[in-house]
Amino acid sequence: MSEYNRVVIPIGPQHPSLKEPGCFTVTLDGEKIVDVVVGIGYNHRGLEKACESRNYIQIIYLLERICGICSHTHTTAFCQGVEELAGISIPRRAAYIRVIVAEIERLHSHLLWLGVAAHEIGFDTMFMYAWRDREAVLDILAAVGGNRVNYGINTIGGVRRDIDDSLRQDILKMTDALQEQVKYYQELALTETTLAARLAGIGKLSGEDALKYGAVGPVIRASGIDFDIRAVDPYAVYAEIPFKVITDTHADVFGRTVVRILELLESIEIIRFCIKNMPDGDIVTKAPRRIPAGEVISRTEAPRGEDIHYIRSNGTERPDRVRVRAPSEANWHAMRHMLLGQYLADAPITIAAIDPCFSCTDRAIVINSGRETELMDWPRLRQYSIDWYKKRGIDVASIKIPERRMYF
Amino acid sequence: MIKSAPGKITNMAVKHFFKKPATISYPKGEMHIAGNYRGKLTYDPTNCNGCGMCMRYCPSNAITVINEGTKEERKMKASLKIAQCIFCCQCVDSCPRKCLYYTQNIDLSSLNKDELVVQL
Repeated sequence: MSEYNRVVIPIGPQHPSLKEPGCFTVTLDGEKIVDVVVGIGYNHRGLEKACESRNYIQIIYLLERICGICSHTHTTAFCQGVEELAGISIPRRAAYIRVIVAEIERLHSHLLWLGVAAHEIGFDTMFMYAWRDREAVLDILAAVGGNRVNYGINTIGGVRRDIDDSLRQDILKMTDALQEQVKYYQELALTETTLAARLAGIGKLSGEDALKYGAVGPVIRASGIDFDIRAVDPYAVYAEIPFKVITDTHADVFGRTVVRILELLESIEIIRFCIKNMPDGDIVTKAPRRIPAGEVISRTEAPRGEDIHYIRSNGTERPDRVRVRAPSEANWHAMRHMLLGQYLADAPITIAAIDPCFSCTDRAIVINSGRETELMDWPRLRQYSIDWYKKRGIDVASIKIPERRMYF
Repeated sequence: MIKSAPGKITNMAVKHFFKKPATISYPKGEMHIAGNYRGKLTYDPTNCNGCGMCMRYCPSNAITVINEGTKEERKMKASLKIAQCIFCCQCVDSCPRKCLYYTQNIDLSSLNKDELVVQL
């Protein structure tokens, strides 16, 4: 078919196969995808800028709301960074609780993904099964933190909620029931021919390409590379916990499904180990209000992959800069490569296979290469803005700013 | 193909046939909330020294504690903007005198906008 017969189809920002806003401009030659432009940035909320006008404790609750699924991992990364800047070490019991909640969150996230992926390929029975099991996990999260989504477990210097004996028994009961179900999913994924036929060979991303595009989490592990922050750069108490990094060599959507299902089993083992070996003691140490000046990069393994937080403090109650690189942001770069040469019908499951979180992703970064750029310091930037408004007939000097800045 | 699957599904179908639905009819049904759930705050002014730590750390500027009396004879009053509160209960953790508590009261909706600011 010649170039004139190509059809351009915009998928999104509002589309039945996408639950969140993102625009994929797909160029088709017949049924085959020949070009894709991935358009994200519909969900920018200015969280990083908002962090600069809040103190460290307030920021925890702000960062917890970056993502509804991996809320705990963002606060863990942030608290870890601030604790490193302040030079405090958290009690061991607190570190164990952080790991337990992080792994329960991983169960919740992977089960949610399993349901969504099954729904995308029209396997709605699996979707119902996975989400029913997820409900039991959410009940446990509600019992631990009080809420189903934003648990509010972390604080600077430890955790806010303890896990008592009866709760431990409840968690163990939940993991026992879940393990049986996950083993069934494992059997289903590995032996069910229709599932394998639908998923195999879709969204191919070789190990070499995964490294080239900087993919993280289950996406890179499904390409055969054992990159897991829990093993590469252990935080909390992961160095003491025996667990294996799950990899797969399929390098496609089927591989990503297998990796996530096997990771569920691994997470269950980690939770059991932590509950068995959790020491007694305090759950929080006192943290200073003012954090010493410095900068730090903190990494955690979110359910979707590596989560990076950069924090720069200036010795006051508020940070100079907080930068969040969420895992979905890293996985978007490989998306065009994965979609090229596929059929249009495979696009929704390929997009869903990286477990995209648009809210996690959107940070405004605009790099215009080839244009002249200028670096301004704060007084010059201020003068520039005053002049900008003056040119338009607005006198900024006459505007009175209230003493305490309100956010609402 | 999985041989055990049909048997498993039959068992489950029979079990769920006799089960109650998971949803409840609100407000008639009995509501179940987790034990750790953080609901509306309560305030005990007897020990409060007006340090303002609750206001300083509140992520949504929802709580206000003011002294309506004099420095010698304190008359502490606390108010909460329910529409702004995110129920994180950081104020409960931050209070050095333990004057704030959280309850499990979650029935806080109101038809009048002015009623969303409550005296604790």
